[in-house]
Amino acid sequence: MTGNFLSDTTALTQRSLRHIARSPDTIITTAITPIVLMLLFVYVLGGAVEAGSDNYVNYLLPGILLITVASGISYTAYRLFLDMKGGIFERFQSMPIARSAVLWAHVLTSLVANLISLVVVVLVALAMGFRSGAGVLAWLAVAGIILLFTLALTWLAVIPGLTATSVEGASAFSYPLIFLPFISSAFVPTESMPGPVRAFAENQPVTSIIDTVRGLLAQQQVGADLWIALAWCVGLLAVAYVVARAVYHRKVR
Amino acid sequence: MSIDLQQVPGQSREPAIQVRGLHKSFQELQVLRGVDFDVAPGSVFALLGSNGAGKTTVVRILSTLLRSDAGAATVNGFDVAAQAGKVRASISLTGQFAAVDEVLSGRENLVLVARLRQQREPGRVADDLLARFALTDAANRRVATYSGGMRRRLDLAMSLVGKPPVIFLDEPTTGLDPQARLEVWQAVRELAGQGTTVLLTTQYLDEAEQLADRIAVLHEGRIIANGTLAELRRLFPPATVEYVEKQPSLEDIFLAIVGGGDTAVPTASTAPVRAAKDPR
Repeated sequence: MTGNFLSDTTALTQRSLRHIARSPDTIITTAITPIVLMLLFVYVLGGAVEAGSDNYVNYLLPGILLITVASGISYTAYRLFLDMKGGIFERFQSMPIARSAVLWAHVLTSLVANLISLVVVVLVALAMGFRSGAGVLAWLAVAGIILLFTLALTWLAVIPGLTATSVEGASAFSYPLIFLPFISSAFVPTESMPGPVRAFAENQPVTSIIDTVRGLLAQQQVGADLWIALAWCVGLLAVAYVVARAVYHRKVR
Repeated sequence: MSIDLQQVPGQSREPAIQVRGLHKSFQELQVLRGVDFDVAPGSVFALLGSNGAGKTTVVRILSTLLRSDAGAATVNGFDVAAQAGKVRASISLTGQFAAVDEVLSGRENLVLVARLRQQREPGRVADDLLARFALTDAANRRVATYSGGMRRRLDLAMSLVGKPPVIFLDEPTTGLDPQARLEVWQAVRELAGQGTTVLLTTQYLDEAEQLADRIAVLHEGRIIANGTLAELRRLFPPATVEYVEKQPSLEDIFLAIVGGGDTAVPTASTAPVRAAKDPR
């Protein structure tokens, strides 16, 4: 290993963060879809939804946060793809730097960008009447789970970022991820769904994460859901990380 | 059938680049079929060839971006396959397309490379290079606003950070206008003047003629000729004397009209011209 992993990653992360600071539209674009969905569901469809909660924004927010992350990570793939296509990636690869620093810089930048988008969405939710009496520990747990989810999806996004042959291809993979929350407990309780759909909704990763976050924010007991959510996140993270690293090493020898 | 001319005798130092029997195929396509050449330290070596001759493949193998199928190569004494890290510490690559970050300013690009090359004062290194490549005025502008020539100059400046002993320039002037081309040539000459070994690839005959100490012609995956310009000339029948009216070339005319002598890179050769124009 050549170079210094920490200082190389720091220098490269500062570079990608500058990209975000200079095109804040990517943060806005990331936040706008979830915000529009939230407005649509609360003010248009909300009246007809039986969610068993007197505050529908409170019910909705966890799913909206996951949609925010799913749309945010498509920019991670997009930025990585642009680096690969331009000559800058080869310049880095021909320099005496830690090889994995290039990927970690994009991953850390993704975490920061998503965090900002998430804060924007939460602020809009607060304006729409979202309230939670959750304590510091519960909030930390919520942040931790969403961060873990973001990290897992970010490493997943690295794969199309490295392998795509077009800009569209690099970002299109996130569409299914954005729609996954629709077939979950994000908008309506799964009990209202017909058999097979309900079976899928109750056993896919997003539902356990949403139920955990919702429970934590509502100051309820979260039992098995928490462990199922963590298992999904850690499992997805491990698989995505291993595959992304393998793809990367095949690309850069 | 290759014509290999003898290396100048008395060249006792080890070659800065040594290439032996390099082979590389992409699927069915045989790109390199046994490439051999040496580059003496501190010299400018031009790899001349048409599009698709395999020039870029050679550069990518030497700069550790690609593995060869067979053969061996050393750069600065290090094996490109077994000691890739040490090779990377010895080289800089300026690829075919300017490898600059368009979102960052010119200065930020240089500071980034200086930090990655563990320079002690990245800011000072950046400012020195900006001045040397006449980019000080544009230092804090985003690279997206730069002209093609400025981008290339920045690209070259980024390659000089940390003073690597060997520099690869892959088609450094392709796509540049004549003025920018002269600026790049001047920069390459300065590099050579400081003892840096330069391997450049080009498809322009005049570029090889202008810059290179030695020229190797790469054709269909092999080096078919390798020598100094004088040596290569000797391969042809002796020159016959003909009287031809000397017409200025279109390039001479173009540069005269647009004032090519006053281009941005300050050079030793243009300075006296400016002084002569001074009314005092």
